[in-house]
This record gives sequence, C-alpha cells and structure tokens, in this order.
Amino acid sequence: MTALSALLVRDMRLAVRVGGGAMMGVLFFLIVVTLVPFAVGPDLAQLQRIGPAILWIGALLASLLTLDRLFAADHEDGSLDLLLMGHAPLELAILAKAIAHWITTGLPLVIAAPLLGLFLNLEPAAIGAVALTLLAGTPALTCIGLIGAALSVALRRGGLLLPVLVLPLTIPVLIFGVSASNAAVIGPVPFGAPFTILCALTLGSLVLGPFAAAAALRQGLE
Amino acid sequence: MLRLVAAGLGCVRGQRDVFHDVGFELSAGEALALTGPNGAGKSSLLRLIGGLLRASSGRIELAGGATDLTIAEQTHYQGHLDALKPSLTVAENLAFWIHYLGGSAPPDSALAALGIAGLADLPAGYLSAGQRRRLSLARLIAVPRPIWLLDEPTSALDAAAQARLAALMRDHLAGGGMIVAATHGPLGIDAKELRLGTAA
Repeated sequence: MTALSALLVRDMRLAVRVGGGAMMGVLFFLIVVTLVPFAVGPDLAQLQRIGPAILWIGALLASLLTLDRLFAADHEDGSLDLLLMGHAPLELAILAKAIAHWITTGLPLVIAAPLLGLFLNLEPAAIGAVALTLLAGTPALTCIGLIGAALSVALRRGGLLLPVLVLPLTIPVLIFGVSASNAAVIGPVPFGAPFTILCALTLGSLVLGPFAAAAALRQGLE
Repeated sequence: MLRLVAAGLGCVRGQRDVFHDVGFELSAGEALALTGPNGAGKSSLLRLIGGLLRASSGRIELAGGATDLTIAEQTHYQGHLDALKPSLTVAENLAFWIHYLGGSAPPDSALAALGIAGLADLPAGYLSAGQRRRLSLARLIAVPRPIWLLDEPTSALDAAAQARLAALMRDHLAGGGMIVAATHGPLGIDAKELRLGTAA
C-alpha cells in the first residue's frame, strides 16, 4: 500500500467509525431540507420551483459541517506534524484527504438527494438533474473548503472562521449548480452550458485547492 | 558517514526571541541531550531540526545522508503528542504510520519491541498514557530513519519501559543512528549535552 492510499483508507475509516462525520452530513442535509417546507408552507408548486435551490443549499451547508475537522483533528493530536514529514508531497496528501472527505461526505449527499427531491415534489427529470449537478459540484465544495480548513488551522483560530471564509467562495458553484438544475426542467437555457461551467469550476478547484491548502499549512509553520 | 551540523540557529516565536546563535555537531552513533529551563526553546529546536518550524537565522545540514531526501524525510519526530487516533486499533494506528512514512515492516515486531503486542486489537482510545507513548514510539522502530528527535520521550513511561526505551536507543545509536532528545531527567544513554539559555 502506498503512503497516499494508506492516508485515504485511514481517513475513510475514521469517518465511518464512532465519532466520525460520515453520517452527520447526510443527517444535517435531511434536517435542512425537511425544515424548508415548514418555513415556506406546503405550497407544492412553490416547493417544486425552489426545490433544486433548497437541495443545493442543504448540500452546501452539510458538506461544510465536517470540513472544519479535516486538518484541525490532525493538528490537535500531532498527526499533522508527521504528515508533513512523509515522503509524499503535501499537496498530494491533502488531495488524498479531500478524496476521502468527498467519498464519506459528498457522495452520500448525492445519493440522498433523489430521495429528498421526492419530499419537495420534484419531477423525475429535475431529481436526475439535481443529483447529476451535485455529483459534479460537491467535489468543488470539498476542494474550496480545503483552503478554509487549512487556513483556520494555520491561523490558530477555531473552526468558526471556516464558514465565513469558505461560503463566499462557493457562490459560483451554487449559481451554476442551481441554474443547470433549473435549465434541465424549466429552460430556456440548455442544460449543457451551465453544467459545463460547473464542471470547469470543479476541475479548477481540484487543482487549486490542494496547492492553496498546502501553502496555508506551510505558512502555519511560521 | 552521517553528520548533522547546525550553526548560528535562531528562533523567534510570536516576536519573542526564544534563542539565538545555537549550534551543535553530531556524528553517526552520537546522541545529544537538550537541557534547560522551561521556555528555553528545547522543543522549538527539535521542531526546527525536523523542518516543522522555520529558523529565523542559521542553517542545519545533514552530510552523508540520502541526497534525494530532505532532513525531515530522514527524521522521526516524537513530540508531546502521540499522533494516535482513538477510534483506530493499536495495530491500525501503527500500520498507517508505517505505510505513510515509507516503511514496510509488519507492525507486530515493533509492538513486541515496546511490549504492547497483546494490545494490538484494542482501540487506541482505551490505552493509558504510558501505553499510548509506547505505541507512538513503536513507529520509530518499525520505520528505519537515521535521526530521532525525541521531546521528553520518557514522560508517562514506567521504569521498565524507560529501560526498554534506553535499550532501543542504544541499538539505534549502535546501528549508526543519531538522537537529539529534550529532557529534564536522565535518558539512560551516553549523550553530549547542549544547555539552552535561561528563559527571558
């Protein structure tokens, strides 16, 4: 087993064991999406119209929920020091942690989204579109969150800083994720255009996130 | 012949000058004990050697080591924290660090060397402080690296475990390794002493 796959497996194991965050994200997602009809009222047509947006905001908040522990937990127990002393480049180690985070937090959200779409009276086409855009967009949320997670460790302030840093950066992902979902159902824009931009945002953050997070962690060395 | 040379090292943390103009030379098979009062910079010097802190001045060089590796990649760092995950078992914790740090030995023999082979399947969260420290030190045995940086390695260890650690340190030195240890008490090995100045 190589160093990076060992790190990937360890982070996934930690997420699914007691005290890990794998189920927390999905449960939080479920609660947020369930709360919305109580707030806006049981107007089925309205829920259908704003459904994709609700699912996207729920997924955004749920994926942020476990992100603040991504480096903080390793920093508190001394593991981060040793991760810095391995043979693997820090950028790749961070990418391995990001993949583990996405598999345990992002992927369950994608799988849960169709079920929650039913709660919001979405058409089958809209459910498919939301699930597809979440599949393409949640890796971007994880990778953008990496930067905030690394910064909050480097700055030695708690995780409370993380949402403030990260949420503004996720606005483009949110815009194109929701507009692609809406385009698939309502139009008039074709689904392809916003969806392609969403994929581009994901690919860009996949490259940028690990480098920015590694730079932030190195800066934390003083 | 492995040789670790540090000259004119300075460390500034939070705008406080922790130490300046510290230097030492260490050859293969030698140990260096860092002593001094609390706040003198013993831990900072260890982190500096391991590349976990940046020096404000001076340089550290390793001559005769693997040329394609940094000093940090040839170094084991044992800090105050044990770098263990409470929800993983003892064997899983050690196996992860062996894979990540580039070793290939199975974890069993290193656990046996530290006398905790019987705990392999227990989650690390149930270990006592001394058992956690032993598990953390097992990493040093399982993955061969020439330089050991130890920050008060004997803390939480009982007399028998301290003797066991001293024997392991002697083996490491006899095999051409180097040890830099911050300590307040006796290490149980022959070591040069570097006393860091009084805290401001």
